[in-house]
Amino acid sequence: MATQLKDTRETQSLPQGSVTWPLPPRVRPDLPNHDKATLEAYLATAPLDEVDIADPLWWETDTHHVYFKRLRAEAPVFFTSVNNNRHRGFWNVTRWNDVMAVDTNHQVFSSEATLGGITLFDMDPDFIMPMFIAMDPPKHDVQRKAVNPIVSGQNLASYESLIRERTAEVLDGLPRGEAFDWVDRVSIELTSRMLATLFGWPQERRRMLTYWSDISTADPELPGNPGKEERQGILLGMLQEFTMLWNERVNAEPTGDLVSMLAHNSATRNMPPMEFMGNLVLLIVGGNDTTRNSITGGLYFLNKNPAEYAKLKANPGLVENMVSEIIRYQTPLAHMRRTALQDTVLGGQLIHKGDKVVMWYSSANRDDSVLDNPDAFIIDRPRARQHMAFGFGIHRCVGNRLAELQLKILWEEILKRFDHIEVLEEPERVPSAFVKGYNKLMVRIPA
Amino acid sequence: MVKIIYVEHNGTRHEVNVADGENLMEGAVQNNVPGIDGDCGGNAACATCHCYIPAEWEALTGSRSDLEDSMIELADTAKPNSRLACQIKASAALDGMEVHMPATQH
Repeated sequence: MATQLKDTRETQSLPQGSVTWPLPPRVRPDLPNHDKATLEAYLATAPLDEVDIADPLWWETDTHHVYFKRLRAEAPVFFTSVNNNRHRGFWNVTRWNDVMAVDTNHQVFSSEATLGGITLFDMDPDFIMPMFIAMDPPKHDVQRKAVNPIVSGQNLASYESLIRERTAEVLDGLPRGEAFDWVDRVSIELTSRMLATLFGWPQERRRMLTYWSDISTADPELPGNPGKEERQGILLGMLQEFTMLWNERVNAEPTGDLVSMLAHNSATRNMPPMEFMGNLVLLIVGGNDTTRNSITGGLYFLNKNPAEYAKLKANPGLVENMVSEIIRYQTPLAHMRRTALQDTVLGGQLIHKGDKVVMWYSSANRDDSVLDNPDAFIIDRPRARQHMAFGFGIHRCVGNRLAELQLKILWEEILKRFDHIEVLEEPERVPSAFVKGYNKLMVRIPA
Repeated sequence: MVKIIYVEHNGTRHEVNVADGENLMEGAVQNNVPGIDGDCGGNAACATCHCYIPAEWEALTGSRSDLEDSMIELADTAKPNSRLACQIKASAALDGMEVHMPATQH
């Protein structure tokens, strides 16, 4: 009975719009330094309600696992109020089954942009970008269906030889016997070429897509990143460039790319500019950040687990299974967020209407009540496809099969060419509780 | 055991025995039938066990749940007789049923 439940939130979840910019300073634990060992030791014993896991600190150091392991065991659905003057407070959902319950209940847990959307930090109320991932049915369904055909099985089959050709070209161009950044030379290179093809965007300007993707997800507070207004300007510039493509294609015969598909489908043909921009951001980030970081993660994991690398070389037939394991182990998007449309109970906790509910895919993918030995990277893991990284329910990743195909081809082509690719140092990670990825990974291919 | 015949899009037939009460996604995965993945583990939360039920069996397999219906309707390959195999349980009444698969799952 809901009435018997204790309201465990220590402070009230603040209403949307109550967070003002610039954000107030972030409360952080007072620690002698921020090296990994110190942070992990702190997270292992800190009071649960003292930790703001949305702080990029835990993500750029890859220490969040320690905290989530405790939440799964001690408080699987847990309200974070520390720093709520920055993020309004949010529920952490950490176990596989609870994440599944939220993800499959879109009637109660909304993705709507104007309620804040699908990331822990609300979409900027002054710059709402409607996009189908941040919509509820029925509008979500018709817009998603407008772009779905580009990643249909039939279409993917037609991309396969192109992806293989490009992958071979990129790998053959890599230096031997010298250090280089795998993120730049391989991960970004392959995903930006793919993205340019999907959009019918000029290949020679493909890195603009990477740039806009990075800007879309960059934290405007971090030094070096564009601030809020500058970010808006950059995205409006993107909109302007894509509007020119739209205008070329809207009155032409369909060309099978995403811009043409959006321009010709009755569900998206009359989108207002901000909605066109929103869907562009969605498709660019969705097709870029995620696969890019799984490409990097896979190489890093194999280097950390030499026995698995040896297993792969002995049996290249494991590539397909390994791809799913890489995606689980990486979980390139750490979370998706929903907003409760009514009071409800989740994992024994009372969730109030309007509360922010964060599904931590990165935690669910390490839940040992569902997965055997989840902290281990095992390329021949049985049923590796059963992971949380694509989400479940109606918002499940639309490009999942394309992502798998790109990764599969990449590893098949790597195994044909290189006996070993050596990771030279720990990667530089993205400081974000949303995009779980890498800025840099220095590697060397023996001469 | 219940005999189920999984028919791939290219016509390849896989005749397998599924335990009474087991769902048809599990029946396919446990018997290594290609083309049915079951990514969500049987929650009707993906559409990777999408299949078509021949007309003569439709009444015996029941109808779609709300979530199942949403997931099927988002698939390009949806048809009126589409179901998710994980939502159909094997029973004596289904002995000998053919289950047809789309060209690709999503």
